[in-house]
Amino acid sequence: MSRSSLLYTRYELLRTLRNRRFFFLSLAFPLALYYLIAAPNRHLHDLSGTGIAAPLYFMVGLVSFGTMGAMLSSGARISSERQAGWNRQLRITPLSTQAYFRTKVLTGYMMALISICALYAAGATLGVSIGAGRWLEMTGLILVGLIPFAALGILIGHLLTPDSIGPAMGGGIALLAILGGTWGPIAQHGFLHSVAQLVPSYWLVQAGHVAVGGSAWGAKGWVVIAVWTVAASRLAQRAFRRDTARV
Amino acid sequence: MSVASAPRAEEAGGIALAGLVKSFDGPQGRIRAVAGVDVRIAPGETVALLGPNGAGKSTTIDMLLGLLAPDQGTVSVFGRTPAEAVDAGAVGAMLQTGELIRDLTVRELITMMASLYPHPMPVEETLELTGAAAFADQRTQKLSGGQTQRVRFAVALVSDPELLVLDEPTAAMDVEGRHAFWTTMREFAAGGRTVLFATHYLEEADDYADRAVLMSRGAIVADGPTNEIKAMVGSRSIRATLPAAALDGLRGLPGVSAVERRGEAVMLTCADSDAAIRALLAAHPEARDIEIEAAGLEQAFLALTGDEPGA
Repeated sequence: MSRSSLLYTRYELLRTLRNRRFFFLSLAFPLALYYLIAAPNRHLHDLSGTGIAAPLYFMVGLVSFGTMGAMLSSGARISSERQAGWNRQLRITPLSTQAYFRTKVLTGYMMALISICALYAAGATLGVSIGAGRWLEMTGLILVGLIPFAALGILIGHLLTPDSIGPAMGGGIALLAILGGTWGPIAQHGFLHSVAQLVPSYWLVQAGHVAVGGSAWGAKGWVVIAVWTVAASRLAQRAFRRDTARV
Repeated sequence: MSVASAPRAEEAGGIALAGLVKSFDGPQGRIRAVAGVDVRIAPGETVALLGPNGAGKSTTIDMLLGLLAPDQGTVSVFGRTPAEAVDAGAVGAMLQTGELIRDLTVRELITMMASLYPHPMPVEETLELTGAAAFADQRTQKLSGGQTQRVRFAVALVSDPELLVLDEPTAAMDVEGRHAFWTTMREFAAGGRTVLFATHYLEEADDYADRAVLMSRGAIVADGPTNEIKAMVGSRSIRATLPAAALDGLRGLPGVSAVERRGEAVMLTCADSDAAIRALLAAHPEARDIEIEAAGLEQAFLALTGDEPGA
């Protein structure tokens, strides 16, 4: 990455940190919900037969919630920049389209990391304690699980207007969080369980198993994440092409 | 300026738009926004692109900047394609519409944009030049309309471009702001830069451009020094309440080049308003509420292009 891209990314990050939407969606809201849900259940050692203690389960659950928001927020920024005509202004600079998207994805990841760190710290206050190696492995899995959300962010950024993107993101994240098991596993077997396993948020939450020494995703998880990544990237590419041909 | 290959001299030396055509699909079928535009601009020249709304000015500018691909024709910017010129940081533009991104101060925004270019103008110099230094520490979302325009001008200038393109830059400015803006633009252009600006206002073209190119309905109707253009469009219009008069009769009056009915009133676009008013009063002594005024650009274009008004 060139020096100019780095500087550009630095200011993009600064903008995002100053934005209240990020603060509420990815930081304040998940933190508040975490204490609200996990604190009363802090002594529950096996949440709904998952084999994971409640403070850890909900910590990873709310990480999935906050980081989905952080990644999809890049879509909200793309959408508002499109509406402001800023993307046209950028197209008459040497900044390449790839560098533009790289900046957006990188910023999304930085925000996701802040959200992750805040919730890990909150988890520690409720007694979550894991070895460094497992912390890293779990975090690595979460970061990989967020790749489809980076593509989804770019996709909705080119499909939706700034007015519609808020409700769409809110609804989408709520649905993915419920299916994925942010608020507790939706089902441990049967049809609903099979459906849940098809959404990428499910695998974000599953990363919590690593922390208790359980198996990671298995082939199924990797395939689901890969398929979502490829499909969302293709659609994002198509939406971007259609969008730039018009203006 | 460095040119790698050796293109034809006239192209290498400036801007060449050749045979540009662009159509769009509209609700009433396909619209030819630009229908065969040829313009050459020498290095260091300041050219005004004049025309009413819908004349094709912005579409032409979008093709010059590489934002739109022409259906036919070619664009050469100092012997390069628009994309190459943009990548080299040779082009700066203030587009017709556009807001600033929020949550940055003016200085941060200009620094961010400067980082994208190979040889930018120093940020402080850009802020001083555009008059944005006075509010450089304010967040972009808290600026007034006039301040926003100055920052947008700074965004266009910070690349220190060879070619500066301004699409109706003063549309949102008050009189004072306009004056300050054009003073800055002149200062910048005096350094040998090439400038193309689109405007509605004949006075702006007259005061600040070496040459004016007039567009109407996607085509160039006149191209020359501004004083010549001014003489060409220096027509007047006569408006009179005249419910009973036949338009064909009015069209035949001396000095009248176009006629239009607006309810009870008629609007005569005149090449010679003195002759026309005498003939009008002789033929129609009942004419009331007569007003004579310098023709707007729209009427002037009608006179120039000889189009049937309202057709």
